[in-house]
Amino acid sequence: MSVKRLLKRDRDPEGVPEPSVPGALFAATNLSARYGVSPVLRGVDLHVMPGEIVTLLGANGAGKTTFLYTVMGLVQMTSGSLVYEGQDLSALSPEDRVNCGIALSPEGRRIFAKMTVEENLRLGAGIKHQAQYGENRDWVFGLFPVLERLQGTTAGLLSGGEQQQLAVGRALMSKPKLLLLDEPSLGLAPKIVATIFDLINSLRGEGVTILLVEQNVRLALDIADRGYVLQTGQLELSGDAQDLKKNASVEEAYLGLAVGS
Amino acid sequence: MIAFSASEAIQQIVNALSLGSTYALLGLGVAAIYSVLGLINFAHGELVTLAGFTMYALRIYDVPWLLVVPVAIIAAGIAALAMERIAFRPVRGAPPVTLLLTTLGLSIIIQNFLLLTLGARSKSLGIGDWSNSTFHVAGIFVQWFDVATVLTTAASLVLLTVFLRKSVRGLALRAAAEGLTMTRLMGIRADSIVTGAFVVSGILAGIAAFFYIGTLGQVGYNYGFSPLLKGFIAAVIGGLGSLGGAVAGGFTLAALEIFFQVALPAENTPFTGAIVFAMVIVVLLFRPQGLFGRSLATERV
Repeated sequence: MSVKRLLKRDRDPEGVPEPSVPGALFAATNLSARYGVSPVLRGVDLHVMPGEIVTLLGANGAGKTTFLYTVMGLVQMTSGSLVYEGQDLSALSPEDRVNCGIALSPEGRRIFAKMTVEENLRLGAGIKHQAQYGENRDWVFGLFPVLERLQGTTAGLLSGGEQQQLAVGRALMSKPKLLLLDEPSLGLAPKIVATIFDLINSLRGEGVTILLVEQNVRLALDIADRGYVLQTGQLELSGDAQDLKKNASVEEAYLGLAVGS
Repeated sequence: MIAFSASEAIQQIVNALSLGSTYALLGLGVAAIYSVLGLINFAHGELVTLAGFTMYALRIYDVPWLLVVPVAIIAAGIAALAMERIAFRPVRGAPPVTLLLTTLGLSIIIQNFLLLTLGARSKSLGIGDWSNSTFHVAGIFVQWFDVATVLTTAASLVLLTVFLRKSVRGLALRAAAEGLTMTRLMGIRADSIVTGAFVVSGILAGIAAFFYIGTLGQVGYNYGFSPLLKGFIAAVIGGLGSLGGAVAGGFTLAALEIFFQVALPAENTPFTGAIVFAMVIVVLLFRPQGLFGRSLATERV
């Protein structure tokens, strides 16, 4: 009886816990999640202010991707809260979370390989933003000119760097306020990674707030305002990107071999 | 040695095209569901049966065929929707075996319901002479019904292609075939995608039902088994989940059946089915991804 009541109150709009930081666009408070029986996130506190680029760092298996999946609703949270624009996300389906302005560019890109670049972008606009399709597409083409050139090409035939740009461009087609980027450098040559990160950095001026998950610590801290370090599902460190960069323990203790040379 | 005259060969090609059209529609219906849900709907044949009984019910009241056909097609679409809502949605996400058994169970339940309520005897649809009327071109007889089958199938394929390429919901169906979760992350509801797949599948079954049941001239409670089998084989030959492959698979299957019916001595024609199925097994031994499918190594997310 009492448990039920508590749950109900949690979902009540008035009962939404205050974000840990006033004015945050997004805040996870004491967030825990599990796959089956094994916990993968334990009491994570993370917030993103409007206009910021925040990076979530950590070694393989630390729970970074799970964190993003929990934000999207693909992994159920077991306790804590997720608040976006003052709204409790936990009651929303993944589709609704996208439609209220959160978009994910997933690890491994997951573009629709058999479909053309343009079809991928149209899907990125979902059902909700089809009316603004032309406008949003032109915006994305402006940011990623290569996509305009390749718009009729089957996405699976693009190079890795082009596919990554398509994955980010597709996520941008819903004009998200909060963009979640999962390992955009994965499997790409250093020169192409630099190009991608320049593009991500340029989104700062486009009114898109970014939560960037990366293994490439140095690059991520170069463009981020703040960073968090996750280890085996728990936050170990957080702070300004510049401070984290100087923190030797970031490289040694938590990030293993992932530091770019 | 079997000898064909040119006109005989053309005659059989016409037959194969007509039969292949029906198989292609059936295969497409099976593949549409499989591509999105990874589920073989063994109750697909019951959609054909239900469309058949809809035609029968309307014909009792002498409703003109021009009205009967669209109503039967819509009925099959609605039946597919109902199947999804009542039987499949509650078990979505369950292990594949559960889903498979659900479709089998649904098929058995519908068949027995029809058996109990309408009886075991087949009902005549009272199709008029028009279905047998033919015309004569260059030494071959062509049934108008065959022409209608081929043209309707072609039109259906064109419409389906336009839907899948131009509309957002069509694009979503193709995207879901590559990954349902990723499609949901485009803000497109999983329920609406799955519903769309079932409506497409049901409408295709309804169209096929007219040509299949129409050719037989009657309908019975268990008339869905053969269409299911043909559709399933067409989809498997074509590479499960590939819509284009299902169409090609349907025509391939029909061509094989017609070929053996003509080529085998009269006393052996009952073995046509067995020979064709044996060939399908051989094909799958060497190309498990189907004749027109992509490599199985292709990632399914």
